Amino acid sequence: MREREASISAYPDGPLIVRGDVQLVDADGEPIEQRRRTMALCRCGLSTIKPFCDGTHKAAGFRTE
Amino acid sequence: MISVPREDSVTLTPTAPSLTDIPFGARGPLSSALLDRFAGDVTPFPAAPAGGDVLADDDVQLTLFLLYAAAYGSLPGIPAEMEWDLELLALRADLEARFEAELRARIPVPELPAATRDAVASALFALTSADAGPSLSRHLAKKATLDQAREFLILRSVYTLREADPHSWAIPRLNGRAKAALVEIQADEYGGGRADRVHAEIFAKAMRGAGLDATYGRYVDDVPVPVLTSLNMMSMFGLNRRLVGAIVGHLAAFEMTSSIPNRLCAEGLRRLGFDDEVTDYFDEHVEADAVHEQIAGRDLAGSLAEDRPELLADILWGAAACLEIDGAVGGHALARWSEGGSALRSHDDA
Repeated sequence: MREREASISAYPDGPLIVRGDVQLVDADGEPIEQRRRTMALCRCGLSTIKPFCDGTHKAAGFRTE
Repeated sequence: MISVPREDSVTLTPTAPSLTDIPFGARGPLSSALLDRFAGDVTPFPAAPAGGDVLADDDVQLTLFLLYAAAYGSLPGIPAEMEWDLELLALRADLEARFEAELRARIPVPELPAATRDAVASALFALTSADAGPSLSRHLAKKATLDQAREFLILRSVYTLREADPHSWAIPRLNGRAKAALVEIQADEYGGGRADRVHAEIFAKAMRGAGLDATYGRYVDDVPVPVLTSLNMMSMFGLNRRLVGAIVGHLAAFEMTSSIPNRLCAEGLRRLGFDDEVTDYFDEHVEADAVHEQIAGRDLAGSLAEDRPELLADILWGAAACLEIDGAVGGHALARWSEGGSALRSHDDA
């Protein structure tokens, strides 16, 4: 079966939502554990679980526009 | 072929009632009559109480909880035929009419945004971030005692051991983008294909890790009425097609008020010395619900509002109802704890 094509969606005032067949690696090229099919990547820099989003951008008033 | 023992060859041991009986008692004449009905007694139901606050009525809320359990199949001791019993459906419709009327009277519809994905998502995020109610999760993070933490798990258990089920009723009632979005969220709630990652299962593991019993219904006798009211509202929204906007708004608000509070809960449970077995559920939800809230706000609620603008008011109202009614559970617990008491229902309440 063909894997789903990867897509990254920028959500207004929020994270990047990643779907499909992608692999996340850290600075040394080591794979980062991916616990779910759809992932949210931190865009505000404040997440406590980077590279994933933890919702902190809301309290911080992060704006993308 | 696997040999399955025939039913008449199985010896039922009367010493294990927990497998066949409903594990809690009635809270008044109506729930008592319903429990009797499930056990085969055909005496007529008493009239439901005519007045009073149906949101705070233990007997009415436990009766609704049991009627919904007949649809979920969540409890032993409720014959499957009871799901479509006409008399029980009539009782449920009567109680639901009053329940909904009371909710509509008490919770105003928030100011409506334009029926677009951007505007609806943004309005829902604004509504949920303005929620200034007292925070159960902050208390848990910094101050809660071990007993209070266990009470917190017990209060959560009535919904969370069936987590995601009330909102799943909405799947066939939606179409297109909104349906795809709800399924994307629910697939993750149900473990993404891994039985051990089903959120309800991870919560059961947390309960056992904290020395509690994860059998469904085991603590219903102990939970105060706001817990039942909160779950019943979700079940009513989910099971009634006319309320599909409300269940979608409810889910959006639920997800939007979840990731940060769950981080605080995990922090508190660690502070009290619980290990990963107990904190896994809460850690999982920090990451999961930061994904879900985006999908719920924009792709689910926003798309539904664009596709069916007549549902816009109910989407916003369902979100407001989530904040108000689920918030009441936390408010109740904090009030009891601040008096040095227990958030659980005492035998004096019974």
